[in-house]
Amino acid sequence: MTYETLSVDIDSDGIALVTIDLPGQSMNVWNEALMADFEKFVDDFVSNDDIKGAVITSGKQSGFLAGADLNMLGSSTASSKKEAFENGFKLNATLRKLETGGHSAKDLSKGAATAKPVAAAVNGLALGGGLELVLACHHRVVADNPKIQLGVPEVQVGLLPGAGGTQRLPRLAGLQNAAMLATQGRPIDPQTAKVQGIIQDVVAADEVVAKAKEWVKSNPKVTQPWDKKGFKFPGGGGAMDPRSVQFFIGANAMGQKETSHNYPAVRSILSCLYEGSIVPFDTAIRIESKYFTNLVSSPQARNMIRTLFINKQAAEKGAARPEGVPKSEINTVGVLGAGLMGAGITHVTVKGGMNVVVLDRDQEAAENAVAYSKKILDKRVSRGKLTQEAADEFLSKIKPTADYNDLKDVDLIIEAVFEDPDVKADVIKKTEAVIGDDVIFASNTSTLPITGLAKHSKRPDQFIGMHFFSPVEKMPLLEIIPGAESGDKALAVALDYNKRIRKTPIVVKDVRGFYTNRVVPPYINEAMLMVKEGVKPALIENAAKSLGMPLGPLALTDETSLSLGLMLSRSTKKELGDDYKPTGTEDLLEKMVEGLGRQGRKSGGGFYEYPEGGKKHLWPGLAEHFPIADDQPSLEEAKDRLLYAQLVPAALCFAEGVVDDPQSADLGAIFGWGFAPWTGGPMSHIDTIGAEEFVRKAESLAQKYGERFNPPGLFREKAEAGEALYKAA
Amino acid sequence: MTDAFIYDAVRTPRGKGKTDGSLHEITPVSLATQVLEAVRDRNDIDTADIDDVAFGCVSPVGEQGAVITRTAIMNAGFDETVSGIHVNRFCASGLESINIAAAKVKADEADLTIGGGVESMSRVPMGSDGGAWPTDPTTAFKSYFVPQGISADLIATKYGFSRDDVDAYAVESQKRAAKSWEEKRFEKSIVPVKDVMGEPVLSHDETVRANTDMQSLGALNPSFAALGEFPGFDYVALQKYAEYEKINHVHHAGNSSGIVDGAAAVLIGNEEAGKKIGVKPRARIRAMASIGSEPTIMLTGPEFAAAKVLKRAGMDKKDIDLWELNEAFASVVLRFMQALDIDHNDINVNGGAIAMGHPLGATGAMIFGTVIDELERSGKETALVTLCIGGGMGTATIVERVN
Repeated sequence: MTYETLSVDIDSDGIALVTIDLPGQSMNVWNEALMADFEKFVDDFVSNDDIKGAVITSGKQSGFLAGADLNMLGSSTASSKKEAFENGFKLNATLRKLETGGHSAKDLSKGAATAKPVAAAVNGLALGGGLELVLACHHRVVADNPKIQLGVPEVQVGLLPGAGGTQRLPRLAGLQNAAMLATQGRPIDPQTAKVQGIIQDVVAADEVVAKAKEWVKSNPKVTQPWDKKGFKFPGGGGAMDPRSVQFFIGANAMGQKETSHNYPAVRSILSCLYEGSIVPFDTAIRIESKYFTNLVSSPQARNMIRTLFINKQAAEKGAARPEGVPKSEINTVGVLGAGLMGAGITHVTVKGGMNVVVLDRDQEAAENAVAYSKKILDKRVSRGKLTQEAADEFLSKIKPTADYNDLKDVDLIIEAVFEDPDVKADVIKKTEAVIGDDVIFASNTSTLPITGLAKHSKRPDQFIGMHFFSPVEKMPLLEIIPGAESGDKALAVALDYNKRIRKTPIVVKDVRGFYTNRVVPPYINEAMLMVKEGVKPALIENAAKSLGMPLGPLALTDETSLSLGLMLSRSTKKELGDDYKPTGTEDLLEKMVEGLGRQGRKSGGGFYEYPEGGKKHLWPGLAEHFPIADDQPSLEEAKDRLLYAQLVPAALCFAEGVVDDPQSADLGAIFGWGFAPWTGGPMSHIDTIGAEEFVRKAESLAQKYGERFNPPGLFREKAEAGEALYKAA
Repeated sequence: MTDAFIYDAVRTPRGKGKTDGSLHEITPVSLATQVLEAVRDRNDIDTADIDDVAFGCVSPVGEQGAVITRTAIMNAGFDETVSGIHVNRFCASGLESINIAAAKVKADEADLTIGGGVESMSRVPMGSDGGAWPTDPTTAFKSYFVPQGISADLIATKYGFSRDDVDAYAVESQKRAAKSWEEKRFEKSIVPVKDVMGEPVLSHDETVRANTDMQSLGALNPSFAALGEFPGFDYVALQKYAEYEKINHVHHAGNSSGIVDGAAAVLIGNEEAGKKIGVKPRARIRAMASIGSEPTIMLTGPEFAAAKVLKRAGMDKKDIDLWELNEAFASVVLRFMQALDIDHNDINVNGGAIAMGHPLGATGAMIFGTVIDELERSGKETALVTLCIGGGMGTATIVERVN
């Protein structure tokens, strides 16, 4: 028997060592080729009397098996649900055959038949379908390394573990552990897995195969616990066990609390656990595959896989990087300004393995960057997540200074001084006087046009914009903004730097607000307009959360502060003069900030009160100044308004080329302002509902609430033509 | 259509639904048997004249399983020709059993029937039968399931009842129940429960606390705040009731119905059947109705059931002299009074389940009997009996005195 993706070596005891090793890939995944090979192997294994047992391991240093190939899952070609089910059930059936030895459940249960022993020798991470293969083995040996991840993360792309994971996990570890693993998708380490009963043995890395073989040799006839007569779920299972009844009642509430009914995968996983715990194993895995089929054929899974994995990884690998520019060496970065942004940038830069020279107007101000990192590191040290030595080494890589001459050897400049063109012009001049001729100068700004700033540079082709979000160490997005004269090298270096600090980058056109700040203000304004109209503030906040936003828009405004909002609206008005289009929220901001002293969270409260030691709650005074209207919109209406207040501006950015492609618009939305991840992003969402429906709904909102909801012409054209934004895969 | 007349109504006293309750040693079948025997013996009926018996029971598993009605019929020594049916409409099972028994008479399927119910909550705890609704993720998610206590608190939140409002209602319920016992208003229907030796073990409702006041209730912590936070039922409810920031948790053991054991039975028949057994009719069923309502807030059904039954009777709410709504939670009654603009003096005049307890399957039949007694005592003509029901339902019956 020859295989393409695995090798089978049968030793003198008749034990087959199956080594999975996908050619030309850095990591093992379940793809068509491996599935075909593995099915072939299992057929041979159960019928070939020369093989007495098997040990399954991986030939990759990188791990055991990382799950299914997401590209394969994202492009299902099945023409019917039934066909999709048959495809989806294949691996389930193969693994079932492996553990039963091809015998019927009835014969196994009666003891009339037993299976040949199979042990997993796990040398590295086993995720998703990888862990499910391990679970289908009779014995599971894992290398003793706390960094090895064992888990079923499918839920994160809108799917469920569809190769028996929802059935074997609860039968090994109980319903509660299984639910935690599968609905949250977070992996656990080998010791935890052993305690939960998911694996049996944790041994030195170089012994996994030997120990697995040893077990196979001494257990020639085996039956999975769930195929034995009288099997009971650890901790209770089934519809009649009061423990599982209580468990499901609680889990159903938590599932709704966590997902706001936006993630069918979570409910489907719970359904697999519930229904599967009532019926025999063979029925249970068919039910699992049916729920899996429903999910994998839904637009949601396709959208989530595409944006959250495929496109995110591509962007992070540098999909937007210009070709032909050699990879840049960045060892030391000069950060200008040690304020909140500068300090945050310093922190992520050192974390990314680089040294930082951080400059401010005097030494004391520059030291602020060190203090900022120290605070973060101290917390990690006190929690035992970091050693003091590592923290000290981290801090030693930051050199605070007030002397421009200290910048002369840096490989990249990131400027994060005060958002004032004159201040920025001054530091650009002083910095360019000392740095090397080929050093790229990146300016962190959220409001100032890059092309304008680049005018202060002697070498505008080496000048580029980077928009970091605050707090820098937490926010995952980086907007990279080439100015009119920025060259390929500037963009390449920016993306190379981004790769080191592991943000998700999008390249954005040099327009006011770039991308995210073109969309977020209209969304927040819409919420404030609703307050003015007398919509109940709780309804506004709950509608946003129901959409899947992490925070209500009023709470978000409190975080960024109402005074900032007021300041920005005034400065924009001053700058644009007659071109300024009032948003309708100016008077509300003025009243809140100046009339009522409600500036936001950091200054004693805004839309919310922040009682010390208590939970924040909406400010009761709000209703007094913005009386509640008799007529309240329905939840659906409020949701639509807040959703389209984001979709329409995002569509406008796409139509105007602020972002070049739907991928960037989607990534920027989810990782920039937390746009409902279940949608895969605003462009994916428009594709899912259809451009026609988007245009229709936007137009009806425009009629009711104002022209700000009018859909851009490009989308009307798409609707007419029945075209999608994403090209079919 | 044939008229369905009420010939008699009996109930056991309600025993505290815990292991130290007086009725804990009595099997639920025995409770059901004793009320059936009372109906037979008080009226001196040849049980062969009874066509059918419908009994409510909400947790029909274990010793309450296997159609407890037929089991009790056999145990009571009724003629073997008497059939029995088990009815489950959650908290309205007892009233629904009466409605079914009455409907059989009205439809000329039967001449003489018994409706009633039984629940030994101390022996077969609430929820013992599990069920898909809260447990199966598909139905729990679809219905936004929350426990009833959360629903009751949601009613208080939505309709503006404060902790003081619900506590004041509870204090009044206790006062009324105590006064009614003092004035022997329940005497006509109470059947003291006997043990296996035939000795009486309980002759009065065991949970009435005449001295309950605002201060003693004020000391109790809300019962459902913790469940609201974890596993998070408040969040589930607020996903549907999004106009509220949080749920105001006002209910506790003192302003919610008590967990008790008990049984009740009501003798129903057409005019001829009464003549045959030689018993005078006491009341007539005027109309009956059941409805479904929004399941998450769950307990607002009585308002709609009342509207429907009034419409079916061709009556107006002004035509009702006496209202009886099961006191599942104080907010349920307060909302009903608010929605229909009912004076507190006209509803639950003898107290209710907050004071005397709510033996789930039996309560509907118990309060129905209480209303018949009260119509006779006060000389009033018509009454509307209703209950709120799990899953968002309501059942209501209009009854009128005939002598």
